[in-house]
Amino acid sequence: MKPRHKRLAIVGGVVAAVGAAAALVLNAFQSNLVFFYSPSQIAAHEAPTARTFRLGGMVVEGTVKRDGTRVNFVVTDTAQSIPVRYEGILPDLFKEGKGVVAQGQLQDGVFVAREVLAKHDENYMPPEAAEALKRAQKGNPKLAETLSAEPIRK
Amino acid sequence: MIPELGHFLLWLALGVSAVLGTLPLVGAGRNRADWMALARPSAAILFALVALAFVCLALAFVGNDFSVLYVATNSNRSLPTHYRFAAVWGGHEGSMLLWTLMLAVWTVAVARFSAHLPDKVMARILAVMGWLSFGFLLFMLMTSNPFDRLVPTPANGRDLNPLLQDPGMVIHPPMLYMGYVGLSVAFSFAVAALIGGNLDATWARWTRPWTTAAWIFLTIGIALGSGWAYYELGWGGWWFWDPVENASFMPWLVATALIHSLAVTEKRNSFKSWTVLLAILAFSLSLLGTFLVRSGVLSSVHAFATDPRRGLFILAFLVIVIGASLSLYAWRAPSVGIGARFALLSRETLLLGNNVLLVVACGAVLLGTLYPLALDALGMGKISVGPPYFDTVFVPLMAPLVFLIGVGPLARWKAAELPALAKRLRWALLVAIVAALLTAWLRGHLSVVSVLGLAMAFWVVAALLTDLADRLKPSGVVRTSVLSRARQIPRAMIGMMIAHFGIAVFIFGVTLVKSGEVERDVKMDVGDTTEVRGYTFTFRGVQPLQGPNYRAAQGTVEVTRDGKAVTTLHPEKRVFPVAGTTMTEAAIDPGFTRDLYVSLGEPLTGNTWIVRVYVKPFVGWIWGGCLLMAFGGFLAATDRRYRSKVRESAAADAKVAAT
Repeated sequence: MKPRHKRLAIVGGVVAAVGAAAALVLNAFQSNLVFFYSPSQIAAHEAPTARTFRLGGMVVEGTVKRDGTRVNFVVTDTAQSIPVRYEGILPDLFKEGKGVVAQGQLQDGVFVAREVLAKHDENYMPPEAAEALKRAQKGNPKLAETLSAEPIRK
Repeated sequence: MIPELGHFLLWLALGVSAVLGTLPLVGAGRNRADWMALARPSAAILFALVALAFVCLALAFVGNDFSVLYVATNSNRSLPTHYRFAAVWGGHEGSMLLWTLMLAVWTVAVARFSAHLPDKVMARILAVMGWLSFGFLLFMLMTSNPFDRLVPTPANGRDLNPLLQDPGMVIHPPMLYMGYVGLSVAFSFAVAALIGGNLDATWARWTRPWTTAAWIFLTIGIALGSGWAYYELGWGGWWFWDPVENASFMPWLVATALIHSLAVTEKRNSFKSWTVLLAILAFSLSLLGTFLVRSGVLSSVHAFATDPRRGLFILAFLVIVIGASLSLYAWRAPSVGIGARFALLSRETLLLGNNVLLVVACGAVLLGTLYPLALDALGMGKISVGPPYFDTVFVPLMAPLVFLIGVGPLARWKAAELPALAKRLRWALLVAIVAALLTAWLRGHLSVVSVLGLAMAFWVVAALLTDLADRLKPSGVVRTSVLSRARQIPRAMIGMMIAHFGIAVFIFGVTLVKSGEVERDVKMDVGDTTEVRGYTFTFRGVQPLQGPNYRAAQGTVEVTRDGKAVTTLHPEKRVFPVAGTTMTEAAIDPGFTRDLYVSLGEPLTGNTWIVRVYVKPFVGWIWGGCLLMAFGGFLAATDRRYRSKVRESAAADAKVAAT
């Protein structure tokens, strides 16, 4: 093989490898994107039913009901509410009246969460939760305002 | 007074870094030896000034000076002294100061330990590092001064984030920053070489130990962070593909590629422009990581808007550093040349494969990290990219890379023969597959993924042993003992073998944890038992406990196996009244082949709690593998080749001084 052909082969090989990798990456990316919906959007039937997505909002006071390792609570964006079911241990920062983000699927009007996120410190409002409240601000401006105070993250 | 002194020292340091950044650089261009000679003393003074400023801040913390805003927000009287010291880097301003201090440490280390470098090269390298210091000092003084006063002075501080009150968190940031900032050395070497226009094998030999040193710190830093997440967050995960983790992982991937590409540049004088590009990329990704973590864009792109000065400054700095270095690269790289030729199958090609895979992997992580941010910033909705994406992408990208780890070291430089390689490695392949099947079967997890993972781990080990056996085989006519032949193997080679072995250990651990871990959340009353993988966990209730700055509920869980006591675990639920935070403190019984992991979930009625009971087989091997990689790197970086150079030139200097 001539040096030129050799270099061509190497370049061709690298391009093919990168191309295959890019196809793999983009394909995985496409099928693993998790979209975010607020309770209002779910109420308006905008959320998918057979796909995992994230729900954000505030845990309504007095709605957290424990039954062994199973928990039920209601998440609101001040305009609409959605019941959530979760199996397992909630994070330390999960509290009634605080922001929460849950990831899971919608089943018969109930959001079945596989993961509940509430991270880092007290002042931290998960961005999705803040967003949901902000979107619903028109519905109840005063409450939403007090809740969507900018997060401070250390 | 002391905080003002610290502030003043930072201004002085800014001035010194400006001198360091300009005069030696101009001197190198104009052949002014006196200007170039300023580089070393300036570096030393810069270090002294920043170190003193750091001491000033530490004194403010230890002395509970809550008139300093940063101290008041990150410390508290009831915080134990060692955490008050660690709180120096518990927040934004202090970690920037730590970052700058690390940069000064690396600068002065280069000035001290690279005595063999020609004056011009040295002047240029230190000048580039001076510019970086200048940027960070300016950033601190303009937007995040750690010495800002708070009026009126509060009686007590807001306390350090309880998550950070942990020994792992005390050493994790300094290690990680040493790694991040250490990549600035490779960057400065690259930029200096581009300015000077001479880029050859010698340049690669100078750069190699520094790059490896930075890589070691980065590796340990990431491993510590992962270990911290494992025992401190209380859910037993060791890697979450969290943007903050990705921010440290991306420079690691590129730095790993850089280490390998530097080897080609040193040995074969090839890949030169590519190596320089990697050096620039690695440090750029460190800066990007700092931007992501420190500007607040991760928690919300809108947080960026609440304090736009910080984010904009880092962004501008990022654009200047990356833009300027890439422009310089585009301008000068064509003159660097491509270097020696090599055959289609050679160690060079295999290392090229390594580089391509690592860079593509880094690109995939970058996409998954930045895409949601970009979409959000453009107002196109909120999405997230979770662990499934990274898992799907990483396994197929890393599998060929691990295959190359086996082949690469056995392939010859310049031109390798496929039949010879295949002949040498066929046994290794066979052994790896059989061992993987056997292990998976013995552990009762005969799935494709676990066999593949185990096969990769065994393949690396088997190929390593093949390589080692070949090196120990008697060669030539002179009879030598195995021991003396073992001594003939260069230290750097042994380092490489240990680092690769570390990867095998790491993969082994990951595979067995993923396939064999049992995680169970159980509702337990006093006296209740639950059995996981042959271990019986008995809940003995919860007692109150008073810590130095927290109250805790301490649970007692007895673990037995076949009626014999294994251990007693004490998981805690801590409440930090100052910050108002609850923390889960897991109790772990670490073992060579398994970890028993218990943490308290939530209290139910009476004495009933939800308890997390995990059995994690071989989880410790994950970090063990990382430490082996770092140790291998240490051996490679301290190879005699690099040291003798220092000694030779030191001897030469002494001779000159004597005459």
